[in-house]
This record gives sequence, C-alpha cells and structure tokens, in this order.
Amino acid sequence: MTLVAFWTFAAVAIASAVLCITRRSPVASALWLVNTLFSLAAIYVLLDAPFIAAIQVLVYAGAIMVLFLFVIMLLNLGRTAPGDIKGPWGRAVAVAAGLVLVFELVALWLAAPPGELELPAGTVAGTVAARGAVQAVARPLFQGYLVPFEVTSVLLLAAIVGAVVLAKRRL
Amino acid sequence: MLLGPSLAVSAILFTLGVVGVLLRRNAIVIFMCIELMLNAVNLTFIALSQQLGLDGQVFVFFVMTVAAAEAAVGLAIVIAVYRHKDTVNLQRINLLRG
Repeated sequence: MTLVAFWTFAAVAIASAVLCITRRSPVASALWLVNTLFSLAAIYVLLDAPFIAAIQVLVYAGAIMVLFLFVIMLLNLGRTAPGDIKGPWGRAVAVAAGLVLVFELVALWLAAPPGELELPAGTVAGTVAARGAVQAVARPLFQGYLVPFEVTSVLLLAAIVGAVVLAKRRL
Repeated sequence: MLLGPSLAVSAILFTLGVVGVLLRRNAIVIFMCIELMLNAVNLTFIALSQQLGLDGQVFVFFVMTVAAAEAAVGLAIVIAVYRHKDTVNLQRINLLRG
C-alpha cells in the first residue's frame, strides 16, 4: 500500500517536472512545478516527515511559487516568448549531460550506505508518533542547531534588505 | 524500505533540474529549475533522515530558508535586469561580456 502510494506520487512528481521544463509558457512551467512540490510533500508524509510536508506546502508551494507567479505577472511574461527553449544542439547537450548525471547518481545510489550508520527500523517513526510531528523536529532544531537557527534570521534580514534595495527604483 | 526508491526519484528530479537549466533561456524558468534541484536534495535528506535520525529534517528546514532568501533576492535581480534590458532572455543579457 505504501509502495503503491509512493510510486504514484513519484510518477506524478517526475511527469510534472518533465512538463515543467518543456512547457514554453512560464506560467505553465510554474504551475507544473507547484504540482511537483505537492507530490513531494505527499512523499515526505510517507517518509515519516509530516511537519516538513506541511512546511513544504506552506512555504514552497505557497509562498515561493506565488512569488514566482507574481514576478511573471509583474514583468508581463505570461505569453510564450520565442527562442526560450534552445535549438537542437542545446537540446542534445542537455540530454547528454542529463544521461551522464543519471548514470553517476545511479552508480552512487547502488553503493549502499554503511550499515552501522542506520538506526533500528521505525526509530524516527516512533519518535514522531511519541512526541508529535512538531516537537520531533523542534527539539533538535532548538537544542543542537540553535546557533545556525539564529544565524538564519540574519540571512533572512539580509535577503529582505537586498530584495528591497535591488527592486526599488529610487531609495 | 523506501530509501532506495526515494534516492532514485531524487536523482531523476535533480537531473531534470539540471537539464532544465541547460535547456531554457528564460531566467525565471531557470530559477524554477534551481528550486527543483533544491527539492531533489531535500528528498534525499528526508529519505536518509528516516534511517539516520531527525537531523536531516532540521537540515531541510534550513535548506528551505536559504531557498526562500535566494528566490527573493534572485527575482529582485531579475526585475532589476529587466528594467535595463527589457528582456529576461539570458542570451541577450551579457552585461559582463567585455
């Protein structure tokens, strides 16, 4: 059952990603990417990460993709632009590079991780069930990773200031 | 149980992102392909965190924050360039060429 659900969502994610990179209209690309992100959120639920799945829907499919669509609307790029997809040579190079990369990644995937790194089966699922989805992530985030978490706020502040400075015509 | 299939799906999604970057000329679509690659890496983190502990999920949290900041700044750059060149086609944006 889990495997069937996993492969269904995986097929939807991959098909949407293919459509995302081949549609000529940027709006269509963005909407197919949203579809991919939703399928990935479903896969996260199957992989015992319900909190990350919720964040994925809220932040990625919600906030970031709305930002993309907003910029497409702002620059009036909704119609198809000629010459967006590269010619036959560009396509050949892209497909060749993609095949090489798939080959390398499959070779890496076949090299299994060392067994002593693995937790006993069901440990993470048990933690999520015992502490709840939010607390299971919050405890390592605020204990082990407190300093990176605080540095992240500085990063976000820099991004806010940078975006305003770059996009504003006259300060 | 799902570790192997997840890593395979992640590899395919990452490759699709790379192919998209190589295939397209629209700067905004290239940004979307970068987001696709970041999501493929997030899937790897989540799949391995099921085996190796919850730290992977914390990392995905940070990756999402960085991706949000990157999207905001990157799209601001796209808007600024569009104002100068009236296009987002990367073939015609060659400000750094001497």
